This record gives sequence, structure tokens and C-alpha cells, in this order.
Amino acid sequence: MADARLHILVIDDNVARAAVIEAGLREAGHSAVTLITDMRQLLAQIVSADPDVIFIDLENPNRDVLEQMFQVSRTVRRPVAMFVDQSDTASIEAAIDAGVSAYVVNGMRKERVKPILDMAISRFNAFHRLREELDRTKQALEDRKIIDKAKGILMKGKNISEEDAYALLRKTAMNESRRMADVARGLVTAAKLLS
Amino acid sequence: MSSQANPQDDAPALESEPAALTLGFIPLVDCAPLVVAKEKGFAADEGLSLRLVRETSWANIRDRVMIGHFDAAHMLGPMPIASTLGIGHVEAPMIAPFSLGLGGNAITLSPAVFTQMEAAGAKLGEGPAEMGRALAAVVGSRRAAGAAPLTLAVVHLVSGHHYELRYWLAACGVDPDRDVRIIVLPPSFMVDAAREQQIDGFCAGEPWNSLAVEAGAGVIAVTKSALWRQGPEKVLGFRANFAERWPQRLAALLRALYRAAQWAGRADNHPELARMLASPDYVGAPPAIIARALSGALVRRVGAEPEPIADFLVFHDHAANFPWQSHSLWFYSQMVRCGQIAYGPALAEKARRVYRPDLYRGALAATGVDLPRASAKVEGALRTATPVASRNGAMILGPDGFFDGQPFDPAQIEAYLKAFGVHI
Repeated sequence: MADARLHILVIDDNVARAAVIEAGLREAGHSAVTLITDMRQLLAQIVSADPDVIFIDLENPNRDVLEQMFQVSRTVRRPVAMFVDQSDTASIEAAIDAGVSAYVVNGMRKERVKPILDMAISRFNAFHRLREELDRTKQALEDRKIIDKAKGILMKGKNISEEDAYALLRKTAMNESRRMADVARGLVTAAKLLS
Repeated sequence: MSSQANPQDDAPALESEPAALTLGFIPLVDCAPLVVAKEKGFAADEGLSLRLVRETSWANIRDRVMIGHFDAAHMLGPMPIASTLGIGHVEAPMIAPFSLGLGGNAITLSPAVFTQMEAAGAKLGEGPAEMGRALAAVVGSRRAAGAAPLTLAVVHLVSGHHYELRYWLAACGVDPDRDVRIIVLPPSFMVDAAREQQIDGFCAGEPWNSLAVEAGAGVIAVTKSALWRQGPEKVLGFRANFAERWPQRLAALLRALYRAAQWAGRADNHPELARMLASPDYVGAPPAIIARALSGALVRRVGAEPEPIADFLVFHDHAANFPWQSHSLWFYSQMVRCGQIAYGPALAEKARRVYRPDLYRGALAATGVDLPRASAKVEGALRTATPVASRNGAMILGPDGFFDGQPFDPAQIEAYLKAFGVHI
């Protein structure tokens, strides 16, 4: 059962990822979720959001700004602490591997918010998998385009069939231990230079 | 990851594969020894293959060393101490067996504030005491006028930058807690924040001060070398158990870094080093800007003549790489002074032992290089270059005074803190 009273803050300048995390939290029944995607005057934004739990992505240099809140000072009314403690190195590792770091307001019982950390970690991982898949798809599409171009050049230049052009590219790639797309790219560049 | 391999694989120079080590760093000029060790082959000579990973925050550096993503990292000098004492986050024992250099930071103030300081009598290039007097006057007149206190940024609360900024302010009669606001900003945001007047100044390492000067967003008012000549800065930090687990790798890395720091410290190598660090994989700033920090010829204000500053950034001379335990204890004293931790002899002892001269000596013993006999010294006691007891009997330490003339005796921390009005 999600603890809907907890106010969760997500700090991430990757707007798409922040939205994925937010959606996950809302689906799990957390209605009080704030996103910060603009890093200007970050500390003031955090103080005014007044969260119980804070997530920040690891690519964000503002982790050091956030950790300023570890110190009791007049700037910070509610000091925060790292989410996980000594005994929970597995959670630290899982979070860092996923690319997220989590903090709670001092005094908050950690077991109360553990499910939220787990959720954020899994969402971060899902986002990265999605992005990798997207990158792979894009790469495959680009590869196919360049291979088609190279095939065209070979067919025209050597007066061979599409099948033979493809076989030639593949054989060259195998002989040189390179990717077919790389061989194709070299050919296209060379053809451009020669034309 | 290298640390996951079998114990018998510790030996770095097996005939077969070199031992791979992953090191984290922050894009700053003082990461140079790591870059040089890799690029100039000093690591390879020791049978090591280095993978350098550029990081975006000191918190990431600390966490990735803690969980073993990194074998070691370029770290703020106080950071392994804070981690060992559990200041601010999870307690994770770390060690620092190598200092990556001395000095290299500066306090840069906005042109607007500096102009007010000039009106109060300051002259560009004067010492920290004169600068501080003028700043205190500016702070006082702002308070009288009901203006907001000055906002000054540092890169991390557990940093030499934070402690030296506070030290300077306090010594000049400006209360670092009441009279100004000290905030944390990533160094890469300093220049923009200064230009947009979100901050009135900052204390950071290079190239950020020189970049702010070039952007017309700052004036370099005080260098760390003027506050505390030969003052400690970055270290190579490891998690504590690395030394037991991988003693030979650690030693090999220290030897490689020793030679790298020596190379980086030579003036005739600076043009090449500036180009090397300028790469976007490393610092990613123009070579001409990086060259300023390397040569110590700083341009304090846009358009001004470069001013040669003695010992601005010391990579190797004056035993710069030796992890003096008086340095770890000074950092601890400043943690106490600004209220990050309590004072206690047991804590002081724990802090002292984070810096590991024994490992440094062990790694370099067979190389014949000179090593200091002592593991700690009275900081700020040398007015001139002075020979000290060393293995080969010929080690010269540079002049190292604090600007206010207060020496730090690591055996008298309590008295030292009390003299600054700290309640223990």
C-alpha cells in the first residue's frame, strides 16, 4: 500500500526520464510528486518544495548542491540524509548502477520509503533499457540506409546485381573484421570524394 | 571490474595483461597527474592500464569509490576523512596514500564587489589581509545599508575551498555564518552564476577562476597559495580495504603517479600538458587558460597583465605528493571549526590515520627517491625554504606560512581551535 502522504521530489534535467519516474510514482498511488527540471536556484526550489524524499539523477552535477542540505544550517530548515544506511549497501549499489541517488528528510523512517526507492530504481533501469533499445533501433536504421547507398554505388560501378553487391560488402567486412555498415560508410565517403 | 578478480592477480606486471584500474576524476587542472600517468606511459611502465572516468559531481566520486565502481579517484583532500568519519552521509572508511598537489585554488569576486573593495582601499594583487580588510568594509557598509549579505559559492562543503574561504573571512573579521551566505555550486556553473549575479564570488580550482576572469564575470582576489603557501588540496582516495586487497597495484599506481606529478611539475612540459588537459575527455577548456594555472602566471582581471604567483599550483616540488598527516588533521580541525563534527581525541586519531604516509613510503622505498622521515609537521612554521630530515638527507620544503601567521601544530589541535574561539 503506497504511502500517499509522502511528498516526493524528482530532480532531473532529462525531462523525458523525469516524466517516466513521475508516472511510475503516480501509478503506485503517490499523488504528491514534484519535478524539478530547471536547475537554476536549485536549493531555493528544493526548500520551497519541502519534500520528504528526493531523487536526483547521477549525471546531474547538482548532487553536490543537494548534499549541502546534509548540513544543519540556517539556509536549510529540514536537513536531509542519504537514503540508505550502513547495512544497506545493496540498495546503494542498485541505485548507483541505475543512475539515481536518493535522499530522505532526517528522521524519516527508511523502511517507510524503501518501496519508493525500489520503484525509482526500476523506473530508471527501464528508462535506460528503453533508451538503449531506441539507440539500437536508430543505429540499425542508419546502418541499413548506408548499406543501401553503398550497394547502389557497387551495382552501378561494377555493373553487378544487388545480391552480389551485398555479398561483396559482407565478404569485405568479414575479411577486415569490420562491421558491414562501417565498410559501407567508407565506400560512400570514398565515392563522394571521387565524384 | 579489476577489484572482482582473484587475489593472486594482484601483481600488476604479469607478463601477460596489464592490471586494469578504473579511476574517477573531476575536470579540473589538478587532475593532471592521473592524465599524465596514462597519456605519458608512466602507468604502463608499472604494468597498469588506466581507465579514467570523468565525473560530474564529488558525491558521485565518493559513492563510486565506496561501492567499487572506481578503484581510486581524484578527491577533495577532506573527502576521504569525511567519508571515514561519516560526516554528511554513510560512513565508509577511505584512505589517501598520495597527495595530487598543493594549492591551485583561488577566491574570485564579482567585478561589482571588487570595485567596491577598491573604493575601500584594496589594490589588485595585494595580500589576503589587505583584501580581507576591504571585503570586511564592503560587508559592513552593505549591512549598514540594509542590503542582502554577499553570497559566496564553494564546490562542496567538505572541501579545502570551503575551509580556506571561511578561514580567510574569519581572519579578516567577517563571520562566515552570519555576515555572508555560503552556498554550494558545481564549478561548471560558477561562471554563469557570477555573470547572472546569483553569486558575488566563489572559491574554486582552476580553470574556473581564469574562465570567470575571461568572461568578465570575476576578479581573482586571493589565491590559496597566498592564504596558506604549500596548502594541501586534492588526494588520491581509495576505499580503505583496497590497500589490503590489492597492495601491489596500489604501490604501482603511486609510483606511476609520482613520476607523472614530477613530469607535470616541470615548466618545459607545460605547453604539452596544457594541450593534453584541454581535450574534452579531460578538462575541456582552452589550453591558454589551463597554461595560466600551470605556470602560476594568473591574469587577475580581464585585460590585466599576467602576474607570476609563487607556488600557485605545485604538482611535485616541496614533497607535494607526500600525504602529511598534519594535513589530514588540519582538515579535521576545520571540520570541527565550522561545526561539521565534534572534537574528540579518538576522532582526531581516526582522521589522522586516513592519510597514509606508510603506504607512500612502502611504494617508493625501492625507487631511491627521497622521503621525509616525519609523517606530520608543524604547518606554517617555515618562513623560508628549509631542509628537513629525510631518507637521503637532502629534502627541501618550501616556505609555508598561513597569511595570518598562525602555525598549526598537529599535536595541539585543541589549543589551536581554542585560539580561534571554537568551543570544544
